[in-house]
Formats: sequence, structure tokens, C-alpha cells
Amino acid sequence: MDAIFLQILNGLDKGAAYALIALGLTLVFGTLGIVNFAHGALFMLGAFCAVSFNKLLTLSTKVEDTTVTLFKAFKEKPYLEIWFPDAGPVLIDYAIPLSILMAIPVMILIGFVMERGLIKHFYKRPHAEQILVTFGLAIVIQEVIKAYFGANPIPQTAPDILAGSASIGSWIGLGESVVYPWWRLVYLCFSGVLIFGVFAFLQFTTYGMVVRAGMRDRETVGLLGINIERRFTIVFAIATVVAGLAGVMYTPVLPPDYHMGMDFLVLSFVVVVVGGMGSLGGAVMAGFLLGVVQSFASMTEVKAVLPGIDQIIIYLVAVVILLTMPRGLMGRAGVMDD
Amino acid sequence: MKNIPMNDVTRLLIFAAVILTMPIWLIPLGGGYPDLMQKFAIYGIFAIGFNILFGLTGYLSFGHAAFLGVGSYAAVWSFKLFTMNVIPAVLFGVLFAGLMALVIGFLSLRRSGIYFSILTLAFAQMSYNLAYSVLTPITYGETGLQLSQQDPRLIDNLFIEEVSTGLPSTTLFGMKMSGYPGFYFCAALLILCFFISMRIFRSPFGLMLKGIKSNQNRMKYTGLNTRPYMLTAFVISGMYAGLAGSLLAITDPLAGAERMQWTASGEVVLMTILGGVGTLVGPMLGAGLIKYFENIFSGFDNNVLTSAFSFLPDSVAEVVVPVVGLFVGGGWHLTLGILFMIIVIFLPGGIVEGISRLTALFRKRQQSIGGNMTPQDQPGE
Amino acid sequence: MTKDFKLDFSRRGLLKAGAASGLVAASPAFFMRNAWAEDFRNNPGNAGEVKLGFNVPQTGPYSEEGKDELRAFKLAVKHLNGEGDGGMLNTFKPSSLKGNGILGKKVTFATGDTQTKSDAARASAKRMIEKEKVLMVSGGSSSGVAVAVQSLCQEEGIIFMAGLTHSNDTTGKDKRRYGFRHFFNAYMSGRALGPVLEKEYGKERRAYHLTADYNWGWTQEESMKDTTEEIGWQTVNTVKTPVGAGDFSQYITPVLNSGADVLILNHYGKDMINSLTQAVQFGLRDKQVNGKNFEIVVPLFSRLMAQGAGEAIKGILGSTNWNWSLQDPGSQAFVKSFGAEYGIPPSMAAHTCYVQTLLYANACEMAGTFYPPEVIKSLEGFKFDGTGNGPTEYRAEDHQCFKDVLVVRGNENPTSQFDLLKVIEQTPRSQVEYDWKIFGGELGPYKV
Repeated sequence: MDAIFLQILNGLDKGAAYALIALGLTLVFGTLGIVNFAHGALFMLGAFCAVSFNKLLTLSTKVEDTTVTLFKAFKEKPYLEIWFPDAGPVLIDYAIPLSILMAIPVMILIGFVMERGLIKHFYKRPHAEQILVTFGLAIVIQEVIKAYFGANPIPQTAPDILAGSASIGSWIGLGESVVYPWWRLVYLCFSGVLIFGVFAFLQFTTYGMVVRAGMRDRETVGLLGINIERRFTIVFAIATVVAGLAGVMYTPVLPPDYHMGMDFLVLSFVVVVVGGMGSLGGAVMAGFLLGVVQSFASMTEVKAVLPGIDQIIIYLVAVVILLTMPRGLMGRAGVMDD
Repeated sequence: MKNIPMNDVTRLLIFAAVILTMPIWLIPLGGGYPDLMQKFAIYGIFAIGFNILFGLTGYLSFGHAAFLGVGSYAAVWSFKLFTMNVIPAVLFGVLFAGLMALVIGFLSLRRSGIYFSILTLAFAQMSYNLAYSVLTPITYGETGLQLSQQDPRLIDNLFIEEVSTGLPSTTLFGMKMSGYPGFYFCAALLILCFFISMRIFRSPFGLMLKGIKSNQNRMKYTGLNTRPYMLTAFVISGMYAGLAGSLLAITDPLAGAERMQWTASGEVVLMTILGGVGTLVGPMLGAGLIKYFENIFSGFDNNVLTSAFSFLPDSVAEVVVPVVGLFVGGGWHLTLGILFMIIVIFLPGGIVEGISRLTALFRKRQQSIGGNMTPQDQPGE
Repeated sequence: MTKDFKLDFSRRGLLKAGAASGLVAASPAFFMRNAWAEDFRNNPGNAGEVKLGFNVPQTGPYSEEGKDELRAFKLAVKHLNGEGDGGMLNTFKPSSLKGNGILGKKVTFATGDTQTKSDAARASAKRMIEKEKVLMVSGGSSSGVAVAVQSLCQEEGIIFMAGLTHSNDTTGKDKRRYGFRHFFNAYMSGRALGPVLEKEYGKERRAYHLTADYNWGWTQEESMKDTTEEIGWQTVNTVKTPVGAGDFSQYITPVLNSGADVLILNHYGKDMINSLTQAVQFGLRDKQVNGKNFEIVVPLFSRLMAQGAGEAIKGILGSTNWNWSLQDPGSQAFVKSFGAEYGIPPSMAAHTCYVQTLLYANACEMAGTFYPPEVIKSLEGFKFDGTGNGPTEYRAEDHQCFKDVLVVRGNENPTSQFDLLKVIEQTPRSQVEYDWKIFGGELGPYKV
């Protein structure tokens, strides 16, 4: 029972990451009709927003390191700690949550530039060319990050107050031994809020209504005299921000490196398609579903019966769903059928 | 190309001549060594085969590397179990890849569009993950399937008493299939494959596939069951991939699981789009370009650059070398990424489109010097 | 090319020769250039320079390690050519190196990108052999690549001096006559860690293994399991994890309530960083199980990769081939010249690549020729010292180096950003030695 409960949590946590990335991907696809292979890179850029913000906070002066005797080496002391001996370390400790403040404008800007500068020219081009250009862009973004930050993962720590584990077992009567890291719980809640926010925006605002109408029938909305293109730019920026924030919050779980976007890219495409192209609810549902299924498949008891099942489970589920449901979980007819 | 009237025989002859003279014209480009030329030919076959599916039917398979991998494994097992002769290896490679394509194609073709792409991707990723881990007894996982001296090699041992120490090499009835002979073997098959692909493009079957691409529903309304045609195209293209895989094993008897990874599938997609989807030579050009970057650009380091720019004054060279250095050696990915973007932004239709524009421009110059540009000549947006 | 046209009077050879001569007639003459003049692959002949091939990961997850290897190679070339302060050339003994290149020829090099994929690594090695005409190939950061390139080098008749490769297979079942490994292996890690684990954590322990699901992971798990069971530990469970899983939470939560009190992470690279970081996040290090502190062990520790795990590595035990904090003259000389050149201390990958290059050069000097079979013979059974791990021997039977192995602990109070690992024991060579027959495999012929 404990084990199953923990695996559900693991699955939801994993699923939250999948869902957040897939949400933006499917949003961009549904509205703009763009297959964006650079979406994983946006997730990675978000993570590196956190890294850069951390670097900014810990901008340091070089002090000669006297412990290294064989050659001249330097260690770094952050200015912030020198200038504000009390507040400085606290600020640095909260770098990750604070970097959200930086990530939002940065990601909006990136989204804006990307859409206006590149993506909008590809609205009417075949999907194959969209794939090529966004894949090329993803490689370029990756390599720039690698050239500056190196290829090794860069560890990021959650604030001290969230460092340990929460004994959720005792909250819900499962016993003391059921614990779960605070940060992962925070991540889960954060994802929930973010997903809810996006849905609320599309569902309850006039702006969102126009966008949804545009997703259904772009031409008619255009004929009504609404500048749908500008709205789509905003949509792209929203997708970018969602991916970016997912990246920021994921850094303490997964030390970011330049390649993390590619690692998530294929999975998030699977999630989007299993959910049904262009369906937001489907993407979220598929994200959580695949996350939970993956967690269960990794249990020793399951692996004893089906060795190696955890290696392929996501793809296996994807195949089964796509073969039984022609348009994924919640896909609409006519979207990306040809 | 479309501006030059040419019949298929001349096309084939020109193609064959260009391929067979590769060892000569690649030398000034720094690529005139057997291994790279073999790779050109092999990935050329792979991309041409992929184009039969993607170019003709518009179905984008994201799992073609699985067939490449299966072809390699089958070929190496043929070396291990039966004989070092390459003919059975090729046959096994093509056969097993074809069988696998039949199964995967049968299932995946029930869906279209991106649903089809993700199905093929899922099948390929499952093959890769299993080959890397659980199937290690068959695939030897991470280290890759290799020859060993203890291999049974049943047929070889019937005829030849084993005297040599060391590993045997792959042969075509006694001729070693490494180095230049290996290249010519691959090149011959490439030309054959090009010929077959050309025939398919021109055949009623090919026209049928094009019809499906432009409007599948209309084809269905005429009472035609499109599925068998699609499946045939899928299997043929899978067999091309299997052939390419077995050739990889023939020129270098080792089969690794990463040949089946999604990045490898993605690579052939990129090759085809880069060269020009649906054109005959485009995929081959794309394959050549990507393999050239991978092998030649990654080998440049600052030493090579310094000597290459030695004609510049020192002060200039000091600036130029580090800047160029970002794009070569470990940075070759960056160059490739930029190249993808430039080509697709300015040349929708790929390299072939670029070539035909150049020839068109050239012709127009001849006709009326300073003539007006038509809207199509402007950089595509 | 030579291989195709060697004299071979067996029946099969004649058949081949017949076919080959048909081809000779058919192909233009310039392919055959020097075909008869060379007596071995890429013979430098009277040229004033020799070229070595450095095949390292320049893209992909191990590219930082590759970069560091490349730094070491460049340094080694410099020292061999008599430039710089000479580094280990001054401490390495018995040395035939003169600081004037190899056999009087200036050393140059070519580089390639393995991408940590066996296909790409072989393609890149082939380019260096066929186009750049290198005499020796070295480098790499994974066992899959090492095994693949090693067998290629055997076929091509080029010596391969392996870089970082830790699987037992490299000098076990996949060993080759032309391949040599200075780095230690999974078996030796296990042997070295055993006594330290017993001393630190006692005999009554219950271990839980998480293992990367591929060849290296399995050999590492096997070695650790054997060692820990020998000192009386119980193995609660061994769980295979997919390579590149990223999030390991679903494998870590079952550890919490399994009754185990030690977690052994048979992971390397990014897998190690992620699984260790997450295991610490799940509070494993603060746990008390069976009245003992819960411990985590990482059998193969690399300083360069450990940086990525940040604070999580503090107090974690593991083994390593070499660490820059060693105080012997060889290590000091190397750290000094590496640090002076690049401003950072070398990693263990850099160390092994540097030493391998010197060893190859020295073997050529000893043999008095570049002819591979002779070079191989002078490397086989070669005993040397002054390269950082105490007296070392290249065992003739499997081409594995035997030397002291370091047991390290993640530093609780690092004094600098490089001071991540603390050497707590230098396990003597005798303790990690084993019978070469246990892993099977065959070296193959000298002459190919």
C-alpha cells in the first residue's frame, strides 16, 4: 500500500513535467499549426534561466585559493555575500523560486522573438520543413548553451527550508515511514496551478475565447476582423513561458545540462500525440497517465514478471492507445490527419 | 534539374559516373578515404529508400532506424553463424528488415499523419531500448555485436579448414570487402537502388502512391483500397534500410544498438528534407552533406585551423582561428544546425531546389541579361 | 591497403589474391600507391613526423571529459617533443624517452569525435587511420566505445591505448592484442572497496543495488555484489534502471522501506549525478535503518562528473583510478604542468590518457621501431613507476595495468572547488589482482 501510494506520487510528479512540456507543444500546434521541435530547447532554456540567475546572484570576485599549492588557482566569493553578509546568503538560498521572476519576462521575450522572427514564416509551410527548421534551431540553442555553460550538469539546490522530506504518511494515516521530498510536492502543486492558469485563461477570458475560436476555424475568425495573428504570438509566448517555468522548477530534481531538452523532446511528443493532437486536456491527461504507468512498470514486482518492461512501457502504452483510439485520448477529427 | 531535359538513362549514367569517380573528386574536399565514401553510399541507399515512403506517399516515418539496425544485426549473425560471404548477409539483412517492416507497417499504417509518425517512433524506440538492455544475449547490448574466433561459421568451415589466427574478414567470394573494394560494392548497390527507385517513381505503382499523397480520400472513393499500396511502399523502404544496415555490417562487422535510436531515425528524415523530399537525387545529397559534416568538420582542431589560416597575418589569424574554432571540432553540431535553418529558410525544397534555381538563374541571365526577377526567385518565406 | 595485398600462400589466400588482382587491374593506379613498399599499416618511413590519433567525445554528455582528455593528450605531445617542463617525463621510470619526439620523429596528432557512440567512434577512428595515417589511436570515455574501437584497431593493425573504460570486458572477454588499458576496472573497484566498506560500515549490512541496464552496469553490480557478500553483507535487491532515465524516483522510493541500509549506485555520468542527487533528496542519507545510518556507495567516482551532483556527494564512498591530490612525485609533476597550462587540475580521464600516450611512446623507443608487433611485445609485461599509482605492470596475458586503486570519499569540507574527493585509502595492487583467466576472451595474433 505504501509502495503503491509512493509510486502514484512519483508518477504524478513525473507526469507533471511531461504535462507541462506537452501542454505548450499542443497549444502551439493547435493554434499555429506548427510542429515545434525546439520546444524541448525552451524547457532547457528555462532551466538555464535558473542557472544564470543563480550565477548572477553569486557573481563573484576571484580570491586566490591558497590551498592549491602546485599552481595558481582561484576560488570565488560572491559579491552579494561580501556586501550583505546577512541578507546575501538568504537571497542566494532562494535563488530558484526567485528566478521565476526573471524567467517569465525572459521566456516571453524569447517566445516573442522566436515567433516573430522565425515561426511566423512557417505557418503555411509543410510540416517537414517546420520540423527541419525548428530542429536546426534547437541544435543551435543547445550548442550556444554548451559553449557558454559547458556540457556537464550544473547542480542547483532548492531552498534549505524545502530540503528535507515531508512525512506525508502521518498526514494521511499511512505511517511515519512514508516520506516524500518537499521540493517534489512543491513542484506538483506548482504544475497544478500553472495548468489550471492556462486553462482558466483560455476558458474564461474573451482573449482565450478568440484563441479557441481561432483553433477551430482560423479563417472565419479572421473574416470577423480579428487580428488572429497577434493573438497567436501571445499564445506562442504563453507556451514558451509554461515550458520555461517547468524547466526552472525542475532544476533541483534534475541538474540541468544543455541536452536535457532533447531528452524530453521525444517523450513530450509521444505525450501530445497520445493525448490527441491539439487537445489541451488530452495532453495533460496523457502526461499524468504515462507518468503513473511508468512508475508502476518500474516496480520490482512488475519487472520480475516482465523483465525490461520499464524500458518500453511508455511506447507500449502509446502504441496500444493509438491503435485502439484513432486520435489519441481526446483528439479531434481533422487535426493533423493528413 | 527539372529545367534540363534529360531522359532516365542519361540520368542514371551521370549518377553512376559521379558515384564511381568519387575517390577522385573527393580528394580535394578532404573526403577521399574509403570509410567516408562507404558511408556516403550506404546512407545514400538509406535515404533513397526512405524517400520512397516519405517522398511518394507523404507518410513520415520516425522509426526507420529500426530497420537499419535489424539489417545490421541480421548481417553480423549471418557472418557468425554461416559464412563470411557478404551475399547471404545482404539477403538476410534485407529479409529480416522487410519482415519487421511488414509487421510494423501493418500496424502503423492504420493511422495517418503524426499518429503514424509516433507509432513508428514508438516501435523503433522499443526495439532500441530492448536491444540495449534485455536483448543483450542476441544483440550484445552496449558493446555491440561483433565477430569472434569461436563463431561456428558452419558453411565456411565445411569448405575451408581454419588455419589463420585472428578474425576473418568479410568477403565477396574471396575478395575482401573492406577499403576500396568495399566502397565499390556499396557503390554498385547504390546505383542499383537508385535505378529501382527511379523505376518506382515512374511506374503506375508510383503514380498511385503520389495519388494517395495528394488526396487519399479521393483515391478511396474511386473504390481503391489504398492500404496494400502503402504497405508495399513501407516494406520496400524498410528493405532499403535493411540493405543499408547490412552494408554497414559488411564494411565494418559490428552492429551497435544506437543505430536504432530515434536520433538515427531523425537523421534520415533530416537528410531527405535537406536534400529535397520527393526528388530522386535529393536524399543522396542530403545524406552526403550530413555525413561529410559529421566526419570532416568534427576532425578540425585549432592546429588544423592555424595551418589553414597561416596565409593570414598573425594578428588577424589570432582572431579568426578561435572564432572559426567554435564551428568545427566539438562545435560541428552548431554548424549543422545553422545549415539546417539556412537551407530550409531560403530554399524550401532543399538542395535540389537550390540547384534548379541556380540553373534557372543562369539560363535567364543568358536569355536576357539584367532581366526582371520573378516573385518565385526571391528568398522563400 | 596493405592488408588486402599481403602475401598469403594458403589455398584461401590464393583465391583471395586472384580476386584481388582482378581488382588491381580494374582500379586506377593511384589507389595502390605504396602498397608494396609499406611493411605495416601507416609506416612513417623516412618522414620526420609521426601522427597519433586522439579519439574523444567532443559532443554529447561526456564532452567535458573528452575535452579534459584532449588537454592531457596535447600536454603529453608537448612533453614528448621536449617542450614545456616535461611533466611526468621526469618521474617516469624506467624511461627510454628522450624528449625529442618518438624515435627522433616529431609527434603530431589528429583529433576525432566519438560522440560516445560505437558507430561514430569507429567512423572517426577509421578516418584517422585511413586519411590521417595515424600510428596509434587513444582516448574515449565509455566501455562500449573502447571495445568497438579496440576491435577495429586489431583488424587494422593499429595500436589502441584505451582512455576511460571501466568494464571488465575491455581486457576480459573482448580483449585484443592491439588494445591496452591503463585504467582500472569494475572488478578492481569491488576488491578495493570491500575492506573499506567493512571497516567503515561493519559486517552486518543489507545492500540495495541500482544498476544501469547495460554491460558495464552489470559487471559493476556483479563485482560489488561478490565483494559485499564476501564480507558478510546481505543483498536485498538488485534493480536495473534504463540508461538516461533522468528521474529515478520510481526506483528510489522502494529503497525507503525495503529494510536495506546501504544503497549501491552502479551508475556513471549523468545517471550517477541524477540518481545520487535524487537519492539524497529523498532523505536517504538522514535515515536510520536497523539502528544504523543509511549509507550510499558509488563504486566508480569521477571528480569531473561529481561536480554535477554538487552537495550530494559529501560523505559518499567510491573508488577512482587517480586523483590530483595524490602526493607522489609523478602525480605532482603532472598536476603542476597541467595546472600551469590550463589553470585547472586534471581529471582521472586526463591522467590515464596522458600516461597512455607516454607509455606508447616509451614502448616504441624500447622496441626501436614503430612496427606494432614489436611495440606490443615491449608493452606486454612492462613494469614501470612514477606515473602516480605506485609500481605498475602491464600484464602480458590480458593487457590490463595493475596498480594501486584509490578509495575516496566525497569531501565534507572542500577547501576549493576542485577539492571534491578525499583519498581515504590507497588499496595496494596485490589486493586487486586477479587471475586473467576468469573473464575468458582471447588476445588474437600479433601480426594481422
